[in-house]
Amino acid sequence: MILADIANLIRSKNAGPFTLTFDIMFADLESYRRVKDSGALNPAAFAKLYCCPVDKVRYFECENALAFKFSIPRPLTQGELGDGDTHGGQQFIPLMNVEIP
Amino acid sequence: MPNEKLQQIRFISPVGSVGGGISGAAVEEAMAQAPDFIACDAGTTDAGPFSLGTGTPAFPREAVKRDLSLMLRAGRKANIPVIIGSAGTAGGDVHVDWVLEIAREIVAEHDLTLRTAVIYAEQDKTYLKRLLRENRILPLDPAPPISDSIIDGSSRIVGMMGVEPLQQAISDGADFVLAGRCSDSALFAAIPLMRDFPPGLAWHAGKVSECGTLVCETLGKGVIFTTVSQDEITIRPYGVGLRCTPQSVAAHSLYENADPYLHRECSGTFDLTKATFEAIDGVTVRIRGSKFISEPYTVKLEGAELAGYQSIIVGGIRDPYIIRQLDSWLGSVRSYIEGSIARVLGDRADKSSYSIFFHRYGINAVMGGLEPDPKHLPHEVGIVLEATAPTQDMAHKLAQLSRQPLLHYPIKEWVGSTTAFACLHNPAVIDRGPVYRFNLNHVAVPTTPVEMFRTHLIDLCGPTSS
Repeated sequence: MILADIANLIRSKNAGPFTLTFDIMFADLESYRRVKDSGALNPAAFAKLYCCPVDKVRYFECENALAFKFSIPRPLTQGELGDGDTHGGQQFIPLMNVEIP
Repeated sequence: MPNEKLQQIRFISPVGSVGGGISGAAVEEAMAQAPDFIACDAGTTDAGPFSLGTGTPAFPREAVKRDLSLMLRAGRKANIPVIIGSAGTAGGDVHVDWVLEIAREIVAEHDLTLRTAVIYAEQDKTYLKRLLRENRILPLDPAPPISDSIIDGSSRIVGMMGVEPLQQAISDGADFVLAGRCSDSALFAAIPLMRDFPPGLAWHAGKVSECGTLVCETLGKGVIFTTVSQDEITIRPYGVGLRCTPQSVAAHSLYENADPYLHRECSGTFDLTKATFEAIDGVTVRIRGSKFISEPYTVKLEGAELAGYQSIIVGGIRDPYIIRQLDSWLGSVRSYIEGSIARVLGDRADKSSYSIFFHRYGINAVMGGLEPDPKHLPHEVGIVLEATAPTQDMAHKLAQLSRQPLLHYPIKEWVGSTTAFACLHNPAVIDRGPVYRFNLNHVAVPTTPVEMFRTHLIDLCGPTSS
């Protein structure tokens, strides 16, 4: 199964002009725990997906929100020449296909 | 009993952003519960640096006037303060004055009397350069370089105020606090903190309330009603079909924040690591356990500088022979364009002074280098050519010189003259005006919480009282 089949929301957004943040959210505790226990989501895996040094990846497990969160420096500052996603809302796609064993 | 602590304080957040469209019916319903104040955020950096750079708002004047009028009239009727922050999207002085002018109109039209505190947040460049010399400007991560010339070259720099200037305004008897750039949560935390409610709860209550109904399970038109007591927060919406759930309120702390637990404000950090969320009824959630850690006082800076002027051409390519070699074709088109620019404009357009960028919709325009599937070729590719230069005139000429190569640059698969690019418009070139970049991700360390902000107390009076 892939993450998109288990999560009820995968989203990306600016957290200020210099940071991109990603939320992966679930409808119930069982789905959240299943992904958590699989170990598929971790800073190293995320760094690989987003071509980013692992020490720049911030990772949070938020059980009371049934959510995981990653934050990284924005590859281009919001609005910089060449930036194609001002709000950062369409950068979550690589997370959709993460395999959850 | 003057020393007895207040049992609870209640406030409403009528909408996530002034101009977003307040529900009058929901405000009326919430006001019937006798809140102690109304607060509302009016700004964001989320739309980009243009508002800060140019001094213009992101919402239409009519939308801001409608929402502000609803709030000011509700506030006067109940005799409670109305606090607006980050006025006019970016919270610069010109943005604050724009909203103040709208408030004057509302006061005149509805015959209100408003003791108004106008708090300006724009920063004096000489002051900032002094702070820089004294090592009182610190970088956040990641931060662009900072220097005297970066400060001087900024179109506008604002400081994000904390609760202290707002509290001073309330102490001075303001009915209406109109603030420039301000922490969203501070708008709601200011009065509860003045009344000695626990800082962790006061700040967290502000945080969960500031986006309006975004804290609900499903977004909709309505008002957030929040109560802070000595040991808990309760939050509920007013509005048809809206509800707060423990998950929706907990999840709201994630939205647009790099860290879901630790939230830095001027005077410290509020810590939600131990916060608990429980349902009281179908629409109301109780929060407990939020903490606040005092830290050295800092004020976040936001700056924008002119990146240049821009002209664009929009069109598409359908020819499969070109699409399968698009990278190299666009590379050749670019070289041809650069050659034309050098030939026609000479020294006036040095290559280091301008930029030509192709956004390739259908391939990787949205994700750029992060695109996980860059090899997948669609049957049609949208192209936006962006030419950026120091003047609009130059940007326009660069785009004009780009049109012919885009249209006619040959490929070996076809013999004879071809037209490769489907132009959307005539004229093909669209002038976009000035474009800006954010140039600061820093905090200032002032000597007092209020020295970076200027407050003017004025009485706004309608026809009867003036």
